[in-house]
Amino acid sequence: MRAFEPIIVAFACEYCAYTAADMAGSLGMSYPPNVKIIRVPCTGKVDTLHLMRALQKGADGVLVAGCYLGDCHYKNGNLRAQQRVGYVSRLLDEIGIGGERVMMTFMSAGQGNVFAQVANEFTEKIRNLGPNPVKLGAGKAAA
Amino acid sequence: MITAVRKPLEEIMGFAAPYSRVLLLGCNECVTVCYAGGRKEVGILASALSMAFLKEGKKLDIVEQTLERQCDPEYVEEIAQTIDQYDAVFSMACGCGVQTVAGRYKDKPVFPMVNTMFMGASERQGVWAERCAGCGDCVLGRTGGVCPVARCSKRIFNGPCGGSTKGKCEIDPGVDCAWQLIWDRLKALGRTDLYSEIIPAKDWRSAKDGGPRRIVREDLLS
Ligand code: SF4
Ligand code: SF4
Repeated sequence: MRAFEPIIVAFACEYCAYTAADMAGSLGMSYPPNVKIIRVPCTGKVDTLHLMRALQKGADGVLVAGCYLGDCHYKNGNLRAQQRVGYVSRLLDEIGIGGERVMMTFMSAGQGNVFAQVANEFTEKIRNLGPNPVKLGAGKAAA
Repeated sequence: MITAVRKPLEEIMGFAAPYSRVLLLGCNECVTVCYAGGRKEVGILASALSMAFLKEGKKLDIVEQTLERQCDPEYVEEIAQTIDQYDAVFSMACGCGVQTVAGRYKDKPVFPMVNTMFMGASERQGVWAERCAGCGDCVLGRTGGVCPVARCSKRIFNGPCGGSTKGKCEIDPGVDCAWQLIWDRLKALGRTDLYSEIIPAKDWRSAKDGGPRRIVREDLLS
């Protein structure tokens, strides 16, 4: 059986994590191709609904990557994102598919290495956790 | 506004068990403002419910819709053409909305998705607190704009009681003593004379004790 390759959606703030991901690429640092990056103007723009829909539509894990607390271009967007990630994490536990499938992380624009490291670690964590149970169930429900 | 909080998913899953296609119906008014049952919460609950079902290997078809107001027949009429497509309505409005939908569509099961809490106001982003209990005979004019019915734990009208300590209520040091607030406000207004007047025993018939209440405005009847 082929090893499970998780689909990771990463909402990346354009002021930090998105640039960091870009830098990781240009510095030749590898991070898993499973990580699909969605560029956002600020993680504060990432709503609870976006996180939920990503998982509902089949993501195995969702990463929200913003600036360090205190460094948000819009003052506290990253703090709000962090609170929403916490809310979604509790909701995923309530659903029973694992609160750890969603994670908030912080970095600066120059930290390509941090982006690559977080992307690798999170992908590994989700790989160990296994596929989003929703996908397996969808197969059964259709059968 | 009327405040509400979403019911636990487990309870909602129980409602959903016998059905395969439901209408998840939000309301654009109070429950939107308190983040319990507006368009966005409809989306979040639809995602959560559908995932919870898929995880069990089952499928629940959820159609999302949000009405302008669920407690007004004219808006509830909007689903008349489509309601037959659903096995049940899952309403995210307060109890008033749930009952308006249930009253209009008599053969359709309607379930509440939220627990309706109280009439309250926003204290800050993410925090709502009870402010009015709808007693039907408002005394705010005598109490400096602070309600002794909704905000005094004992609902006393000539407070404070002996449990008031350093401005806090004896039930919880995190709760303000309403009568302290009343006194402070009357003092600031220079109207402590209102405090000296004994408020007579309240006639609770205008409140819930008189049975279900209604308002009839002859000038508006059609
Ligand atoms: S149904 Fe009416 S009272 Fe209830 S939340 Fe909607 S607008 Fe407010
Ligand atoms: S006195 Fe009665 S009507 Fe006035 S705010 Fe309090 S509960 Fe509401």
